[in-house]
Amino acid sequence: MITAAAALGLLAVLLAWPVPVVLARSHWPARSPGIALVLWQAIALSGGVSMIGSFLLYGLFPFGNDLGHSLMALGDDLRAGTLPAGISFTHVLALGAAVLLGTHLLLNLLATFVRAERQRRRHHTLIILLSDPLHGQPGMRVIDHPAPVAYCLPGAGHSATVLSNGLLRLLDADQVRAVIAHEQAHLVQRHHLVLLAFKSWHSALPWFPIANRAENAVALLVEMLADDHARRVVDDHTLAHAIALVGFAVAGFTAQPPPVADARATAAASASVAAAPEHPVNQVSPRVARLVHPIAPLRRAATAGALTVSVALLAGPAYILLGS
Amino acid sequence: MGNLGVLERMMMDVLWNSSSPFTANELKDALIHPDNSAAPAKRLATTTILTVLSRLETKGFVTRDRGIRPHAYSAVMTRADHTAGLMHEVLGQVPDRQATLARFIGDVTPQEAETLRQLLGVATSDSA
Repeated sequence: MITAAAALGLLAVLLAWPVPVVLARSHWPARSPGIALVLWQAIALSGGVSMIGSFLLYGLFPFGNDLGHSLMALGDDLRAGTLPAGISFTHVLALGAAVLLGTHLLLNLLATFVRAERQRRRHHTLIILLSDPLHGQPGMRVIDHPAPVAYCLPGAGHSATVLSNGLLRLLDADQVRAVIAHEQAHLVQRHHLVLLAFKSWHSALPWFPIANRAENAVALLVEMLADDHARRVVDDHTLAHAIALVGFAVAGFTAQPPPVADARATAAASASVAAAPEHPVNQVSPRVARLVHPIAPLRRAATAGALTVSVALLAGPAYILLGS
Repeated sequence: MGNLGVLERMMMDVLWNSSSPFTANELKDALIHPDNSAAPAKRLATTTILTVLSRLETKGFVTRDRGIRPHAYSAVMTRADHTAGLMHEVLGQVPDRQATLARFIGDVTPQEAETLRQLLGVATSDSA
């Protein structure tokens, strides 16, 4: 059981630092974003389970020789108010850490989902009041604003794709079709669930160096997946130009000084932009790069390898936990 | 959007397009006015109008002047102000927004815009 706890601890450390760093730096995810997304989820889930499992197994060691028996013994001792012989302060600490970490992560996930759902519902109410359907399609909304904006608003039974007038003026018909296909892919493939899970992980462990990197990597992969869907509707050139045109316009829009700007306000605004650590990496140019210079997706063997690793990452800790 | 959503939208449109406040009965008349192409086929009951108005008041879209009888309702903000506020949020000047929506293009720094320009420049000279 101590060996199992050590093995899980080692896995947790590997998945908390070196493995995500290597994955975030590697170039192949741009070739097969779907596979990379599976791998990121496996790493996050396996890392969490390994860390909690490692604490749990170590803390349960004085109670019994395997997980089932020691948990039952722990229950008995809790009821009787006794402690087994040989238990030390570190065992109690480890048990406490396992319970706290597990509860913290789960509650944070729940809170993130509830908060997002509430914001979405409010946003949807506003969208219904402020926008008009595009070509009579209720799920497609046009809002009267000069900024070139397109986004999708997921939600059970009331998802919407929102385009601004500014965007419709900026892009030609094919480019608009590309944008719509991209946003529809987000909705159909339920990307918001993955993004929320990683956001929750990041907000639960803000001091965790990898959480921010993982969230950014996953956000970019999800955009690439949606781009790949749009490529089935329009050619790469059209999609690349749509992305770039909106990108230039967004850069111009956010670079504009605020309407009532004096020098101090502008300085403060640019300082706050510079200080915002959430999106320091380029999230747009990698998408255009892979459209301009298309690279073949991963070979079948590499794909199979990545998927096998993902399954092993999930099955491994479960096997160690239940088998110990 | 549900039936109430349709009614909310129609009433807000009337209030937004007018500068003066409306009582529930005036609103009822405005909704069946022949100029209003979105008007419902049959006359709405005043209680329905009041229900929707109080929903809109709870949501912060409508304010009620209680000083006169019957109460007069008006829009809290113009449609343009609401839109500007919502887009402000979407464009990311409000924290914690990515949780709800995924924008087609997120924030682009001037440096990244330059990278984009180079990428497309290369692509154009490749195809030329």
